[in-house]
Amino acid sequence: MIDLIQTYWVYFLIGQYPQGPLGGVVLTVLLAALALLLAMPIGLALGLARVSPVAALRRPVTVLVYLVRGIPLLLMVFWIYFYLPTVTGHKTDQFTTMLVALVVFDGVYLAEIVRAGIQGVPKGQYEAARALGLSHARAMRRVILPQALRSMLPSLVNQFVSTIKATSLGYIIGLTEASFIASQINSQVLVHPTAVYLVLSLMYFLLCFCLSRFAFWLERRQARRDLPRPARSPGSPTASAASSA
Amino acid sequence: MPGLDLQLLLHGQYHDWLLAGLLVALKLGMLTIACALPLAIVIALMRLSPWWPLRWLGSAYVELIRNVPLVAHLLFWYFGAPELLPDAVKERLYAGSYEFVAAAIGLTLYGAAFMAENIRSGIRAIPAVQFEAARALGLGFLPAMRRVVLPQALRVTVPPLLSQAVIMWNDTSIATVIGVGEIMYQAARVESSAFRSPEAFGFASACYLAGSLALTAVAAWIHRRWPVRTL
Repeated sequence: MIDLIQTYWVYFLIGQYPQGPLGGVVLTVLLAALALLLAMPIGLALGLARVSPVAALRRPVTVLVYLVRGIPLLLMVFWIYFYLPTVTGHKTDQFTTMLVALVVFDGVYLAEIVRAGIQGVPKGQYEAARALGLSHARAMRRVILPQALRSMLPSLVNQFVSTIKATSLGYIIGLTEASFIASQINSQVLVHPTAVYLVLSLMYFLLCFCLSRFAFWLERRQARRDLPRPARSPGSPTASAASSA
Repeated sequence: MPGLDLQLLLHGQYHDWLLAGLLVALKLGMLTIACALPLAIVIALMRLSPWWPLRWLGSAYVELIRNVPLVAHLLFWYFGAPELLPDAVKERLYAGSYEFVAAAIGLTLYGAAFMAENIRSGIRAIPAVQFEAARALGLGFLPAMRRVVLPQALRVTVPPLLSQAVIMWNDTSIATVIGVGEIMYQAARVESSAFRSPEAFGFASACYLAGSLALTAVAAWIHRRWPVRTL
């Protein structure tokens, strides 16, 4: 196993770069980060639409959320990879395919995180802002969102973990991310499949475990900071209802 | 965009492929959900155990499984794990339909880690005094759990468990990575031999959506029928 790592670690980390396309672990992390970053404005817009008083905004977004969560991400990848080119007329490459699929996936999940964050802010805050004469939009922007966005930070880190895990679907369409590179290494070495796939799993584990611990730490720090106020867990309306009872 | 050729879905070879894929996916989905649930209960109880080695083992399982993507799990169970077995057994495995077994193992272990967390937080939602009162009345750890805590926790855990079931149903699609002939695999096969992606992927979308929405509807019904009781 040590031999294996010594021979292949650069290939596993960056793929064939700089001779060929960037790949491996670096591509995995880059793809996940880029997808989450691009999905943020989409998630914010969709989340605001989800809690909008205007039904014409709320309903289509609700349908979209159910649709995207009702089908596997892999199916979305296939639609984009195989079907989209027949509409646009030119081939979508693997990286773009995965990026688009992940942005849609993250956008929808972030929308739910934003919605939970907004609903986690005590209702009195919104009512007070409206009573002071702020419009819905201004009340959201000046009063609700600054509080909601802060409480969303741990969920955002957890979503990053989900995104990193989801990039592994790129393997199926031949994107040279970490899982694909590991399979390439496996077919070169042939005799150590257990070790190769254990190292791959270990890499994902280290990456995702550290990030989820970080999210957990953020959550605890926020809970501690929120202590003087009535205790509530971010994003759970039942918890805040119970504590106010 | 050319019109949809529904004839392709209604009869003929492609119809047979897609239907066979649906059956394999249903089999895989139901099998993994049915196996993951008891495993998840055991792990959740381990994580709540008064004895620390069991607690530690339970959280090690959950963290190790949850932080690795399902694709890596399946690749490991299909390509990696059989290497540890004797050659003769290995050959017999790959000669049969080992991909289905590997997918079932991977999906069950993966789903169980998430279900265990749902069950654990459901149990923790039940006030500790319930458990303490049961123990004070002379019930042991397991009887107190079974007779007092779990029946109450069940109402809290069923909705998240059903959303986990939706995720597991959708996750069966990933079994295509190791060549299990489920819906995605067959849809891709139809796409590549007939060049009819809208029909093939439309069929797959309808199957997954139907399963997900049905489970979501059941969850909503259960939530109304047996609402969560709080003290």
